[in-house]
Amino acid sequence: MRIARNWRTRQQRYSLVGEVCTQCGHKIFPPRDVCPHCTQPAQLPYALSGRGEVFSYTTMTSAPQGFEEYLPYTVALVKLEEGPMLTAQLTDVDPDEVRIGMPVEMVTRKIREDGEAGQILYGYKFRPLLERQTAT
Amino acid sequence: MRDVSIIGIGQTPVGELWDKSLRHLAHDAVVAAMRDAGIERADALYVGNMLSGELAEQEHLGALIADFVGLRGIEAFKIEAACGSGAAALRLGYMAVAGGLHDLVIVCGVEKMTDAPGADTTSALALAADQEYEVTHGLSFVALNALLMRRYMHEYNVPHSAFAGFSVNAHRNGAGNPNAMFQSPITAAAYQQAAMIADPINLMDSSPICDGAAAVVLVPSDWAGHGRGAVRILASASATDSLAIHDRRDPLFLEAAYLSSQKAYRQAGVTPADIDLFELHDAFSIMSALSLEATGFARRGEGVRWAEDDGARIAIDGELPISTMGGLKARGHPVGATGVYQVVEVVQQLRGEAGVNQVRDARIGMAQNIGGSGATVITHILAAE
Repeated sequence: MRIARNWRTRQQRYSLVGEVCTQCGHKIFPPRDVCPHCTQPAQLPYALSGRGEVFSYTTMTSAPQGFEEYLPYTVALVKLEEGPMLTAQLTDVDPDEVRIGMPVEMVTRKIREDGEAGQILYGYKFRPLLERQTAT
Repeated sequence: MRDVSIIGIGQTPVGELWDKSLRHLAHDAVVAAMRDAGIERADALYVGNMLSGELAEQEHLGALIADFVGLRGIEAFKIEAACGSGAAALRLGYMAVAGGLHDLVIVCGVEKMTDAPGADTTSALALAADQEYEVTHGLSFVALNALLMRRYMHEYNVPHSAFAGFSVNAHRNGAGNPNAMFQSPITAAAYQQAAMIADPINLMDSSPICDGAAAVVLVPSDWAGHGRGAVRILASASATDSLAIHDRRDPLFLEAAYLSSQKAYRQAGVTPADIDLFELHDAFSIMSALSLEATGFARRGEGVRWAEDDGARIAIDGELPISTMGGLKARGHPVGATGVYQVVEVVQQLRGEAGVNQVRDARIGMAQNIGGSGATVITHILAAE
């Protein structure tokens, strides 16, 4: 893992800081500095709520390097309520219970460790929305 | 702009070729193409390759291979566009000849994947995806395709078994290709029972990790004459989309495949109905369905219907033969070489040299090579002279 690279994305990984386009109003995550909707500059930071729903998902049975010890884990495309979509792991859920459309919310978790002495990478994962579960 | 023709093709068998190094694979394909074209020199060599740095610990392939095949001194570069590297190299060669900068260009796609341990290869393939926002969360390239397939099955209410025909067709055609990695047919039942990799993608939805090299020789069509070997490039077009699936306007629509095929149809002056065979990028069976929709052969959600009845309509004698020499699934997917293999196979078909897999009366063939999960898409349309 590259320390500076992970440091640069800390606001995104910890707080879902994206951008809002001052021209067309679209919320943008991950940040990209040029609005993909109207191609105008978009560099105004905007923190997303972290609530959304599962757009698609899969449970991995073989992993890239550095993720072997976490198998099996479930990854998803999450459609945020502000519009943008992102890719993340799901957590605190039985893989068999994940459904498309399931409401989820962001939590901060350990994503991986780089060995015993290496960096620990934290970032967003998504779990089933707790408030809604307790409300019903 | 000059018209460009292919006058020579070469390919190595695809598989786990432990006795062949990267440079030997490239050598075998380039020398075969030069011999087929009847040439002993070239102005330039463009090498399509994705992973030589990661998996063979070797970059700088242009000069390496030019020297190794006896062409020391000529212009030579490596071109990288993930799994679309092969067709990207061909596109560059096409531009050089069409633009009048070179007259005699060799394009080689080469990949050496099987020397490295499996986990290394899995990680290397994920370099095609967005490192900071996809791969950092532990996704493999298979997982990204699984996300697409799951969503497709959900949105269009399609069972996994509906995709079986793509795999059955590819393996049926691989059985007739002596260069294919897999030369045994499979059944729809075997497809259903295959080991799961990332649900819903199983082993039979996926193209294999392998080694291989393929090459073509390009010249201005004026030079090519009307001999047996010459095949004209009617269209060469590429387009891009976001690397990350989550950044796309519609994840189930391969916009770059749409854009590049539309450009190609216009250049060639043809419509999908004119295409006699289609070498599409069946790295995963979901990609076959999405490719057929983006290129105008099916409406949204109906690409998978081409797989019905064990792929009868996409078979060699079907309405639209695809993966005619086995495709990525059965011929194999040596990633940076694949785009050149596809075009070599279209040339085989248009020359009438496809053996038992020959598509009858094949006049116009299309090849479409996809980089990543759809971020680079390059389409070529070829016609018999």
